[in-house]
Amino acid sequence: MAADGSTSAAVVCSDLVVRYGERTAVDRVSLRAHAGEVLCILGPNGAGKTSTVECLEGYRRPASGSVRVLGLDPVADHRPLMARIGVMLQRGGVYPMLGPRRALRLFSSYYDHPEDPDALLELVRLGPVARTPWRHLSGGEQARLSLALALVGRPEVLFLDEPTAGVDPEGRLAVREVVRGLRERGACVVLTTHELVEAERMADRVLVLHRGAVAAQGPPGALAGGGGEQEIAFGAAPGLDVAALGAALGAAVHEEEAGRYLVRAGGADTEMSALTASLTAWLAARGLAITDLRVGRSLEDAYLAVLRAHDGDGDTSAPAEEATR
Amino acid sequence: MSMLRPYAAQVGAETYMTLRRGETLLLTVGIPVAFLVFFSTSHVISTGPGPSVSFFEPGILALAVMSTAMVSLGIATGFERGYGVLKRLGTTPLGRPRLLGAKVTAIFFVEVVQAAVLVPVGYALGWQPGHGHAAAAAGEALGAAVLATVAFGALGLLLAGVLRAEVNLAAANGLYLVLLLLGGMIVPLAKLPGALAAAARALPAAALSDALHASLGAGTAVPLHAWVTLGAWALGASALAARTFRWE
Repeated sequence: MAADGSTSAAVVCSDLVVRYGERTAVDRVSLRAHAGEVLCILGPNGAGKTSTVECLEGYRRPASGSVRVLGLDPVADHRPLMARIGVMLQRGGVYPMLGPRRALRLFSSYYDHPEDPDALLELVRLGPVARTPWRHLSGGEQARLSLALALVGRPEVLFLDEPTAGVDPEGRLAVREVVRGLRERGACVVLTTHELVEAERMADRVLVLHRGAVAAQGPPGALAGGGGEQEIAFGAAPGLDVAALGAALGAAVHEEEAGRYLVRAGGADTEMSALTASLTAWLAARGLAITDLRVGRSLEDAYLAVLRAHDGDGDTSAPAEEATR
Repeated sequence: MSMLRPYAAQVGAETYMTLRRGETLLLTVGIPVAFLVFFSTSHVISTGPGPSVSFFEPGILALAVMSTAMVSLGIATGFERGYGVLKRLGTTPLGRPRLLGAKVTAIFFVEVVQAAVLVPVGYALGWQPGHGHAAAAAGEALGAAVLATVAFGALGLLLAGVLRAEVNLAAANGLYLVLLLLGGMIVPLAKLPGALAAAARALPAAALSDALHASLGAGTAVPLHAWVTLGAWALGASALAARTFRWE
């Protein structure tokens, strides 16, 4: 239906609507993602992320609107499209009896020009458990195997549904590395998550879904830089005298957890650089190491502000203190 | 080549998994062998003249086909759906025809293993296949087993396609028990009340055991009604399974 003139987009949704009986799970969502781009669909549980992705994978027929992946209709052109995409489901999806090596070899046989299963095994660091049946793998190992299975056909478009949910740090690292590699190779990656940190780290563009509709979209930086209160987050030795530091900076300083500090300040970017300079000077004068430093509005605050605004509370510039921190 | 490679790999994986599942081997090999030995050596059920193994060997071979094609295939497929395996396969180029084809082929391989165990055990118990043309009898038995495999396999997939994994497990086992008792596999159909026996003859289990009793027991031609019943079930159940089978 929708005449999307652009052929360059690898993934296109136009006015997508998904209904389950009376309930509308996805309400006129439009999105596009290009080759070499990582699009993150972010949103709370039940926002319609999985329903959207399942339409793109051909599992679900839209109630209305259109979806195209690599120019193909995921339902009507199912077979030709499946050879060109990779899918990581939210959970399960592997024969419980098969170990990573057998599962990868089996899946590699489905494709004409597959990746080498043993190389993939090394990439996701499953070599030591290559023969362990899926049902005996840890959650993180299962996620890494699912990811490897999604890669085995050298996909042009990759759909990752909550790839980091319940995954150990090693698994998260593997997911991030793989996503980075795919982008460099020119693949288009569409991933869903409800975890802001992952969106911030992996995405070129974030699309916030809320109650089935697009609440905001843009690069994570732009989303986070949408005005309002800014902050400096930094790491240093635990137990700094935050009162003294606050007095020196003229801004409130909190130790969020041992060794993790947050300076809250008002808006302007120039003010933030002056504040950062004072902060580092104060630490340097006392011979204290700084372990990391981040300036700006946090994506989490931006995200919550977007959701509040989208809920129609009106107060779109609600101060960040009301957020969960 | 590129059409066959996924199919061949899938057949290999399906066969491997079927032969590695302990509970499946119990159902497909353990129980048939135990039944064959027990009923052939005890005299719980009288089977008319001749050594009783001559009745039980064909009957238990029929049971073996039903165990593998209907129960083992149906239950495994139901759980694969529950685990999201079928859903995941839906986004690969494997496709439904090759997946189902591979499952049925794997079933034939398992049946070969079953026969390789049950036939020697039968001979050891004194089984003497009927006179007449041995080659013709074996050919007819094979034909009936293939038709029955399609019919039972489609029934198993039909249940797996419409029921939740746990319900499917119970349903497949329940159906197995009913068809075992009404299938002339252990209890001769002649011992059932007339009306029940007549109804039972319309079921694929009795048709298969009739066919195998004729070809492998008495050494006579398989009766026409058995061919018709098996053919009708194979066609009907396949058509229905193909329509109702779901990936998710």
